[in-house]
Amino acid sequence: MSIQTQGNTLTFASIDGDAGLKAALAMTRPDIIDTVSDSGMKGRGGAGFPTALKWNFAGSEKGDVKFIICNADEGEPGTFKDRVILSEFPDLVFAGMTIAARAVGATMGIVYLRGEYTYLRSHLNAVIKRRRAAGLLGDDVGGVKGFDFDIIVGLGAGAYVCGEETALIESLEGFRGEPRNRPPFPVVAGFRYAPTVVNNVETLASAACIFAKGIDWFKSFGTDRSSGFKLFSVSGDCAKPGVYEFPFGITVAELLKEVGGEAAKAVQIGGASGTCVPQAQFARRMAFEDIPTGGSVIVFGPQRDMLAVAENFLDFFVDESCGQCTPCRVGNARMLAAAEQLKRGTCSAEHLADMRELSATMQVASKCGLGQTSSNAFMSILEHFGDEIIGRPVQAESARS
Amino acid sequence: MLVTQQEQLRADVTALVDRLGPGRSSLVPILQKVKTQYHGIDTDAMQIVADLLDIHPVEVYSVATFYAFLNPTAQGEFVLRLCRTISCELAGKEAIARQLETELGIAFGVTSEDGRFTLEWANCMGMCDQGPALLVNDRVYTRVTPETVREIAAECRAAYSGIASERKEGYLV
Repeated sequence: MSIQTQGNTLTFASIDGDAGLKAALAMTRPDIIDTVSDSGMKGRGGAGFPTALKWNFAGSEKGDVKFIICNADEGEPGTFKDRVILSEFPDLVFAGMTIAARAVGATMGIVYLRGEYTYLRSHLNAVIKRRRAAGLLGDDVGGVKGFDFDIIVGLGAGAYVCGEETALIESLEGFRGEPRNRPPFPVVAGFRYAPTVVNNVETLASAACIFAKGIDWFKSFGTDRSSGFKLFSVSGDCAKPGVYEFPFGITVAELLKEVGGEAAKAVQIGGASGTCVPQAQFARRMAFEDIPTGGSVIVFGPQRDMLAVAENFLDFFVDESCGQCTPCRVGNARMLAAAEQLKRGTCSAEHLADMRELSATMQVASKCGLGQTSSNAFMSILEHFGDEIIGRPVQAESARS
Repeated sequence: MLVTQQEQLRADVTALVDRLGPGRSSLVPILQKVKTQYHGIDTDAMQIVADLLDIHPVEVYSVATFYAFLNPTAQGEFVLRLCRTISCELAGKEAIARQLETELGIAFGVTSEDGRFTLEWANCMGMCDQGPALLVNDRVYTRVTPETVREIAAECRAAYSGIASERKEGYLV
């Protein structure tokens, strides 16, 4: 059975990643990095770090032991495009990893697959085996003397924080998935303290596309500062949820029209750690210069209680905080308590002001992206939907549980 | 009997260490296998894994308790994890939750007395466009309705162990 994407046709389907790999293998290593640099591609996971910079940092490090890690720990609520890419276009991802390996001089690649996607493992291993047999992995990859590179699949075990690259590395090494102090960054000291590139699944697949079709083709999509196309995972109150591909720069309204979600009163962009965009701002663009996103779009219909939405997100973060640093561990619990107070109608304005300060503290003082972003959704919902959230009738004690 | 079980466990873990190597990186894969096979990771298992990897058992405990899927507590043969995150909530996970409790006769976080079922909440499992989503061991069920909850439970009851059914509800060819 094929995947039900219910979205539009994906460009990935028409691209031969191995043609891209072949083109890359004909280049010198600096030329490979220059190509990615000229394409302007930024990481597809959401943070938007320029891919070529990462490759260049790792490539400049000395040493023979380097790693390419494909981050397939797709845990952000509302995100599922990597599941589709890994199911339908694994060759593109592996071709991208091999190109990255050539660029930085790595000999080993690891796909960190989230535990929830365990059912994909045998499929991926079969594709890797086929590629080995075809000479696209193993010794002298693609006939290039001395270029040895192989890929293995490692499994996560149910921890959202492991999507953070240093936590992911800790997990692969057999430790608790607690983010490391940075610097040193993984490109200098990553997996087993060797230079390591950690790229999102979609980033690697897109890299293969750039080499298959050229820089100009890639830059013909998107905006000046956000080149290329992007996969969007669309869910929630819309007629056609699924995986969609759009060029960067599409407005929220345009996207909603495509997916049959015009009635929305708000859209959560970027998942639980992203931001809530109300109807009044549907003209905003999804691109790194306006609303940066890893592609998660959750649509909320007119009947939805936005406080329940905020509470759901905070529940998630309280559960998924690794507990290592105080602003995140305690901050998220305080945020959730405030949301519950709002629901019961017992939250004072004074307390809300404290929560806004606490949110600012979490943003600057948390160790990793989880705590730095986890209060965003609650704060933006408070900002845009304060009218329907603040000053609810006080609930009787019996109804509070 | 107890000694025999412990010997079996030691033999199983030894085989895993031989295959995966005695390095620290093998810890999570080993615990995953132990959890799948024994439905829990007890203190004996932690000690054996620690001995063979030459680390302190508290290290094993610390890793096992960190990851949701390595939960060392003894669980049922079938662990049913219902997604509680936003998209599945919008898709009506609450009705599925009630139906699961009724059908299995256990509340969330509880293992049935016969050791067959454990019911748990899961955070987003990446099936947001096809919610409500339910993970039964490794198998994913999507667009679950109160009606299909009955079928899923019946499939589990009919199956031997580990494999919920041969029905392909997944996304692979």
